[in-house]
Amino acid sequence: MFDGFFSDALRFLPILLQGVWMTIAITLCALAFASLLGLVWAFLRVSGVPILAGGSKTITNLIRGVPIIVILFYLYFVMPEMGVQLSAFQAGFIGLGLAYSAYMAEVFRSGIEAVDAGQLEAANSLGMSRTLMMRRVVLPQAFKIALPPYSNNMILLLKDSSQTSIITVVELSMQGKLIAASSFQSATVFTLVALMYLCLSLPLMGLASLLERKYKRGTR
Amino acid sequence: MIVIDSITKSFGSQKVLHGVSATIERGEVVCLIGPSGSGKSTVLRCINGLESYDGGTISIDGVKVDNSARSIREIRRSVSMVFQRFNLFPHRTVLENVIEGPIYVNHVKRDVALGRGRELLDRVGLAAKHDAYPTELSGGQQQRVAIARALAMEPKAILFDEPTSALDPELVGEVLGVMKSLAQEGLTMIVVTHEMGFARAVSDRTLFLEKGMIVAQGTSREILSNPTNERMQDFLRRVSHE
Repeated sequence: MFDGFFSDALRFLPILLQGVWMTIAITLCALAFASLLGLVWAFLRVSGVPILAGGSKTITNLIRGVPIIVILFYLYFVMPEMGVQLSAFQAGFIGLGLAYSAYMAEVFRSGIEAVDAGQLEAANSLGMSRTLMMRRVVLPQAFKIALPPYSNNMILLLKDSSQTSIITVVELSMQGKLIAASSFQSATVFTLVALMYLCLSLPLMGLASLLERKYKRGTR
Repeated sequence: MIVIDSITKSFGSQKVLHGVSATIERGEVVCLIGPSGSGKSTVLRCINGLESYDGGTISIDGVKVDNSARSIREIRRSVSMVFQRFNLFPHRTVLENVIEGPIYVNHVKRDVALGRGRELLDRVGLAAKHDAYPTELSGGQQQRVAIARALAMEPKAILFDEPTSALDPELVGEVLGVMKSLAQEGLTMIVVTHEMGFARAVSDRTLFLEKGMIVAQGTSREILSNPTNERMQDFLRRVSHE
């Protein structure tokens, strides 16, 4: 089954690497989009304004209740009917980012809410405005609390980027499928694909624990 | 300077303050004592608007304390607070904790704030700890940083909410020592405390609260040495047995 694994691997590697780049690109774009949008949801959620908080909660629940694939289908196949043409790549990272923004929002919100109430009292009694308190006291601490679950989501997002293959984004898993279909070397190809995903996610895990250790100093 | 006029407050259906009135003059040191649940911390927290009150008024130099109004930030800038659990910012160094308010709230120039911050830390005996993080300090040291942080705002008054209650017994003295020197320098202080020795020796007046009411008050020396109120005698007896 694995006859000539290395010679085949060398042959497939350059093509698969194209898929790796696409996976990285779509993951980074989706991550940026998910983080920004997630921050927006989280801020609305903790704004103290009932209509904003309620709206944010409803939207994130809606997003969480719909499978990523369906969101992708919607963006790629339904939006054109409404006159919005998106490339597969655009639909892919927007859909993925949208889906993950709901999870990121939860991560940020729980980070913000986990900051000790005494910190808010101290900030308040210095006469800080709400914005200043957020910027100088709450967010720096919330960031540290949110870091481990955030990096966990980052890894999940990387792996879920494979779902964009369903709307014809030729990322790593799709590239693997194409080569496997044309070369009949499924075992070799998908082993390589798995190894490549590992090569991408293991450094992320390393980075996560590094950051966690770095920010340990100064936290109670 | 600080006028508390028959304030009332309820937490849900539980009435915690039944019309508390007091006037604190500039330069006065006033202790609030009483059993736990008597409302002394609540009164203190109402003064800088950390809690709202339902009826009555509190005013500071003629400005009403109303924590739903924008003016509350101005009031908080002029009345600092020291907390039982210190509430230092754990992600900032000792010196950064002290200059945070001056720089970001009072818009003092950074180098001016730094100079003054160092001076204040020297004054509370922490000259060697500027760059330490709060977690690296003992409770007594943390509380002295918190006092320096409060002083850095150049407040009209400082409110102390049981500043030594979370400390190991051997660390209480260093914090009380700093507070005593502040009192002697003429700082206006309102102190919620269980340290009767401190109240007697340092404060001008003592108010005894029970069940949300001031049931006895007077000059500290007098009222703590010869309490006439029966409940207060009872309370002092229990405290001294601890």
